[in-house]
Amino acid sequence: MDTKQHVIEVTDLRRVYGGGFEAVRGISFHVGRGEIFALLGTNGAGKTSTVELLEGLARPDGGRIRVLGHDPYAERAAVRPRTGVMLQEGGFPSELTVAETARMWAGCVRRARPVGEALALVGLAGRADVRVKQLSGGERRRLDLALAVLGEPEVLFLDEPTTGLDAEGRRDTWDLVRALRDAGTTVLLTTHYLEEAENLADRLAILHKGRIAAAGTPAEVTGAQPSRISFELPEGYFVGDLPPLGELGVCGHELDGRVVRLRTRELQRAATGLLVWAERAQVALRRLDVRSASLEEAFLGIARDASRNDETEEVAA
Amino acid sequence: MSGASVKDPAARAAARAVTTPASRMAALARAELTLLGRSRSTIIAAVFLPLVLPVSLASVVEDMDVEDVGLSVGLVLLPAAIGFSLLFGVYSALAAIYTARREELVLKRLRTGELRDPEILGGAALTVVATGLVQTLVLVAGCTVLLDVPAPKAPHLAVLGLLLGLVMCAALAAVTAAVTRTVESAQVTTMPMVLVSMTGSGVTVPLELLPDRLASVCELLPLSPVITLIRGGWTGSLSAYDALGALATALAWTLLAVFAVRRWFRWEPRR
Repeated sequence: MDTKQHVIEVTDLRRVYGGGFEAVRGISFHVGRGEIFALLGTNGAGKTSTVELLEGLARPDGGRIRVLGHDPYAERAAVRPRTGVMLQEGGFPSELTVAETARMWAGCVRRARPVGEALALVGLAGRADVRVKQLSGGERRRLDLALAVLGEPEVLFLDEPTTGLDAEGRRDTWDLVRALRDAGTTVLLTTHYLEEAENLADRLAILHKGRIAAAGTPAEVTGAQPSRISFELPEGYFVGDLPPLGELGVCGHELDGRVVRLRTRELQRAATGLLVWAERAQVALRRLDVRSASLEEAFLGIARDASRNDETEEVAA
Repeated sequence: MSGASVKDPAARAAARAVTTPASRMAALARAELTLLGRSRSTIIAAVFLPLVLPVSLASVVEDMDVEDVGLSVGLVLLPAAIGFSLLFGVYSALAAIYTARREELVLKRLRTGELRDPEILGGAALTVVATGLVQTLVLVAGCTVLLDVPAPKAPHLAVLGLLLGLVMCAALAAVTAAVTRTVESAQVTTMPMVLVSMTGSGVTVPLELLPDRLASVCELLPLSPVITLIRGGWTGSLSAYDALGALATALAWTLLAVFAVRRWFRWEPRR
C-alpha cells in the first residue's frame, strides 16, 4: 500500500507517566484513508493514553506518530484544522446551553458547519436551549460528537464514543460514524464494547497492558480463535463414552462439573459428529450451545494468553 | 440523527468562515461573558465588591495625614479603587475561572482544537479584563465627580500603569490557578497576593506614608509599580526616573509571570 494512503502512522510508540508507569509500551499500527480503526481493550489497557498522543495533547516518550503526514504535537497548527476530537469525558462549562457550547466551538473551528446542522446530526436539535449540566450522560456524549464533527474533519478521534448511551443512541452513533467514513473520513475510535468494534471497525487492534496483543480485520482476529461447543453430559455417561474427540476435529476439551466444553477449528464436522452420536445413542444433549468464535472469545483468549506471557516474562526477569 | 447532510459539497465548505486568532478568542470571550452573567457569586465578588470597597475605605483615608505628603483623599482613593478592581475584578476572578475551566476539562477540550495555548488563556481572560476596564472608567468618573479629583496631569502614565496592571494580573491569575486544585480553594490561594498588595503596594496605605526602608522594599511588590504609575498619572509629580523604575518593575513581574505560566501551567486536573 502506498504510504501516502496511511492517514495515521504509529511506530514503536511509548508513553510513561510521572510515577514511572508505562501506559503505552511500544505499539505500531497504521490507519488508511476512509478506514474505521478500533483500539479495543479493557480499562487501563492504554487506549486513552494512546489516543491522547495521536491527538497531539502530549509528547510521546518514545516512537513516532504521523497524522496526515505531520507530527501532531510538534506541528500542531498543520494538523488541528483537519482533525476532530471527542474526548473520553465532556469538557463543557456546565452553565452554558447546548447551542451556546456549540457556537463557542464553532467560533474556534475553521469552516464550521452551521451549529443547527451539527446538533441535528447527533439528534440534539430539540435540546439546543438546555444547559449542559441538565443533559444526561448519553446526551453529553452526543454533544461531544457534534463538536468533533463540527469542522468536517478528515480524521476523527473518538475516545469511547458510546459509553453511557442506550442501545438506540449507540446504533445512531454507529450510523453516523459509518456515514462519515463513507464520505471519506478516517476514524480512529477506542471502545471496550466488543460488539462495537465487531460491528463498526474495518480493522482493529486489541490493546493489553500497553501492547498490541492482536490486530487485523474483525474476521482475521476472530478467525485465529477456535469455535466452541458445550453441552451437559447425559446421565450415566462419561467423556470417554463420547466418540474419539480427535476424529471429530476437536483440538481441546474441558469438563466443568457435568458440562463439557469442546474447542474446534472445524465446527461443522465436530458438531455433526457429536449430534450423530447423540442420535444413535438416543440421548438428549441438554444446554447444547454451538458457536463460532466471536470477538469476545478472541478478546478473552488473548487477554488470558497475554497475562500468561507477562507472568513468564516476570519470572524470567 | 440523519446522515443526509454528512456529504457536503466542497463548495459549501469553502464558503464557510476561516477563523483568526482574534475571532477564536472572541468566541471564547463571548462564552465567558455568558458564564459571568450566570454566576451570581462572581458578579458580586468581581463586579460589585470593587465598586463598593472604596466607599468603605473613604472614612479611613480621611483620618490619614495624606495632605502632608502632597496627596488628597481623592488621589489616594482613586488608585486604591483601581487596585481593588485589579485584585478582585481581574486577578481573583480569573484565577477561579482558569481553575474551574481546567477542572471541568474545558481547557483540555479547547486544546484539542485549533486554538493555540495563549489564545485559550487570553480568550478566557478577555471578559474579566474588559470588566476591569469598565470598572476603572466608572471609578474614575465617580471619583472625579464625588471627590473633586482633578483631571490627570500625565494621563499616559496612568493608562500605561492600568494596561500593565491588567496584563500582569491576568498572568498572575494563571500562575495562581496552576497551584489551585479546586474553585473553592482559589479563595485561599489568591489570598497572599490580595493581602500583600492591599497592605504593601500602596492600595490602602500610600507608600509615601511608610518608613523609607519599608517603602523601598514594598516598591518591588507586583502591584506597587501599577499603583505608583496610576497615582503619578494624576498628580503629575512622578519623575522620569521613578516612572521608568516602576515600568521596569511592572514589566519584570509580568514577564516572570508569563514565564511561570509557560513552564508550570496545568491544562488538566491532577489525577
